[in-house]
Amino acid sequence: MGEHGLLLNAFIYLAAAVLAVPLAKRLGLGSVLGYLLAGVAIGPWGAGLISDVESILHFAEFGVVLLLFLIGLELNPRRLWSMRRPILGLGGGQVLLTGGLLFGVALLLGLEWRLAVLVAMGLSLSSTAIALQTLQERHLLPTHAGRSAFSVLLFQDIAVIPMLAVIPLLAGSGEPGGGWMDAAKVALVIGGIVVGGYYLTLPVFRIIAATRMREIFTAFSLLLVIGIALLMQAVDLSMALGTFLAGVLLAESEYRHELETEIEPFKGLLLGLFFISVGMSIDFGLLGERPWLVLGLVLGLLTLKGAVLWVLALRFGIADRQQLLFALLLCQGGEFAFVLFSAAAQANLLEGGLKGLLTLAVALSMLSTPLLLLLEPHWRRPEAARAEGGRAEERIEEENPVIIAGFGRFGRVVGRLLHAQRIPTTILDHDPNQIELARQFGYQVYYGEALRMDTLRTAGAEQARLLVIAVDDPEACLEVADRVKRTFPHLIIVARAHDVHHAFELHRRGVAYFQREILESALGMGEQVLRLLGHGAYQAKQRAHVFRARDLKLFWDMYEADALEKRISISREARDELERVLPADEAALSGREESGWS
Amino acid sequence: MVSFAAMNILVQFVHPHPRHSRVNRQLLQAISDLDDIVVNDLFERYPDFYIDVEREQEQLRAADLVVFQHPFYWYSAPAMLKQWLDVVFSYGFAFGSEGTALQGKRLLSAVTTGHGAEAYRPDGYDRFSMKELLRPFEQTAFHCGMIYEAPFVVHGARRLSDADLQHHGEAYRRLLLMHLKQNPAGNRHG
Repeated sequence: MGEHGLLLNAFIYLAAAVLAVPLAKRLGLGSVLGYLLAGVAIGPWGAGLISDVESILHFAEFGVVLLLFLIGLELNPRRLWSMRRPILGLGGGQVLLTGGLLFGVALLLGLEWRLAVLVAMGLSLSSTAIALQTLQERHLLPTHAGRSAFSVLLFQDIAVIPMLAVIPLLAGSGEPGGGWMDAAKVALVIGGIVVGGYYLTLPVFRIIAATRMREIFTAFSLLLVIGIALLMQAVDLSMALGTFLAGVLLAESEYRHELETEIEPFKGLLLGLFFISVGMSIDFGLLGERPWLVLGLVLGLLTLKGAVLWVLALRFGIADRQQLLFALLLCQGGEFAFVLFSAAAQANLLEGGLKGLLTLAVALSMLSTPLLLLLEPHWRRPEAARAEGGRAEERIEEENPVIIAGFGRFGRVVGRLLHAQRIPTTILDHDPNQIELARQFGYQVYYGEALRMDTLRTAGAEQARLLVIAVDDPEACLEVADRVKRTFPHLIIVARAHDVHHAFELHRRGVAYFQREILESALGMGEQVLRLLGHGAYQAKQRAHVFRARDLKLFWDMYEADALEKRISISREARDELERVLPADEAALSGREESGWS
Repeated sequence: MVSFAAMNILVQFVHPHPRHSRVNRQLLQAISDLDDIVVNDLFERYPDFYIDVEREQEQLRAADLVVFQHPFYWYSAPAMLKQWLDVVFSYGFAFGSEGTALQGKRLLSAVTTGHGAEAYRPDGYDRFSMKELLRPFEQTAFHCGMIYEAPFVVHGARRLSDADLQHHGEAYRRLLLMHLKQNPAGNRHG
């Protein structure tokens, strides 16, 4: 393939994804199945366009790492701690029960005990990538079944660590004394991520945010995730677990929404690539040679895991109508099985033939998940399941009714007023110093650019009712209004207008609610001056009211008149009118007293 | 038991355009040099009708005689005084089992009218006497345990000569002085 290899490969992957995924979604099969089928189509057993499947698969596993980072970002430590029961109970139960049964079956099938342990470990794990991606795609994460499945997956991600550590021991090459050193290294790295992830990255984020160079922010976000992944790899830990941890630590930081926005597209693409690779790696040659054995393995695996999950769903009180969903979501083999079997093969524990067979079974079970989910009745009516399961439970995203874009001198007043009424408000700003200060006083301020619709989306624009645009820059304000009108037509926009002409522009764009930023404070000061000149306080206030009403009328008259020329002449007329109007008001006041009031 | 504590008068002055009311200016002028009188100009203090309830209640606590001085707009006071009453004479302060802050204090209406005295008779323009028309204030005082004094009324305010104005100002001053010389509320029989 030569020098064009990289670009050509990229072209093939992207083309396959672009063709297969929308088609699969249109047919109601979901994106995961679309990717998997695209992989089958372009892989060695399909069109044969791609050959180096193994290394692509390895690279694409990073998509899972990014996925876990994003999941972590949506779970703060408090929420994670509150999930400890399902994680340990459901997750622990699943791994131990499934592993035990698989071990027994493997022994019965005549495997040597060390191999049986390996097979039991590898096959007890489910696919985080497939399960979470499907859950997210169908918005099922907030449901009981969704959160239970997530707990199990999280436990599995943790369980991979000792499993990987056990392989050298099983292969007989483990060094007894090294265990302590390893444990110390592990503790050091995890401690480093906990401390560094918070105390080191936040100041760096602040510095980078202050430069307002978006690509550097993106670069640093990726750098952070990749760095943590490498660190974890260096001590033979799960990369996904490390980045998940980092995500949890950053979940309460002001950069949470912006990080989500930056990482999301990379996650999507890499995860897609991962599914494509799984599709490509399905060895149809082997399937053709020993079809009954392979199908038996797949069906056996799905049945055994599904049965265990069903029992757990019953034990842990998952609603009747969600038990099947829970079982189907997690009954496949997972990507960690690939990792474990590869490690075992390297340690000479697993020979090539068996590895190929197991890998094929796992890949086919992954392919079967989206197909099996089609059988699940609620799956076809996601809204029903969602309404039922998600009702009483807290959603992972925020659901504040108001978003304020811009927390400078102007937005701050609006925000404080709302805060004082306990109205939950999500605030976006791009000045790290402002953000830090405001957060100290308990405001939910996030670093982010309101011009980006994806940022607004992660800030909860889909659930919010109102968007207050309080940014300084009049042009940016108009641009935000335009884009929000297109992307989130349900959002009511309340905008800060720079001056009359800016207000006109806003009105022309269909922004019904705007406030000229200077008008009220200038009127207030005018009132003050009137009082210093001897007007009574009430009288001065009345004058300001009269002026405001006239000014508003003038505003709409000017709006009607489009030509600039005309605007100027109307403005002159208006001044003349005010000169007439105010003395007239004075006369009216005295007149009233003439007519009888004392 | 005789108390030598000074008598305190609180004048609630309620006029939106004092510069345009000769008579109300004259009345205020006539009492301006008296000690122990606080004039509270409500329109000046609360031009947007947002009233500092705590401050107002504090002032009331310190007063023995409360005067409502205002023009008799539509057989009542300007809206400001009604708003003031609504928020300041609150449950637990002015009425209710705990609301005893005003008990024993005196309330005096000092009002100015456009029509002459002859209008406030069954056969006049206004058909009712001032005493009848001021009943809402009288009953408000009663409800709060206050003693409602005979009102001080200046009729035909727009038609008064300078001499008349002078005369009414002095009468107002004498009335308040008389109150100042009495013992404070609650100690009159002591």
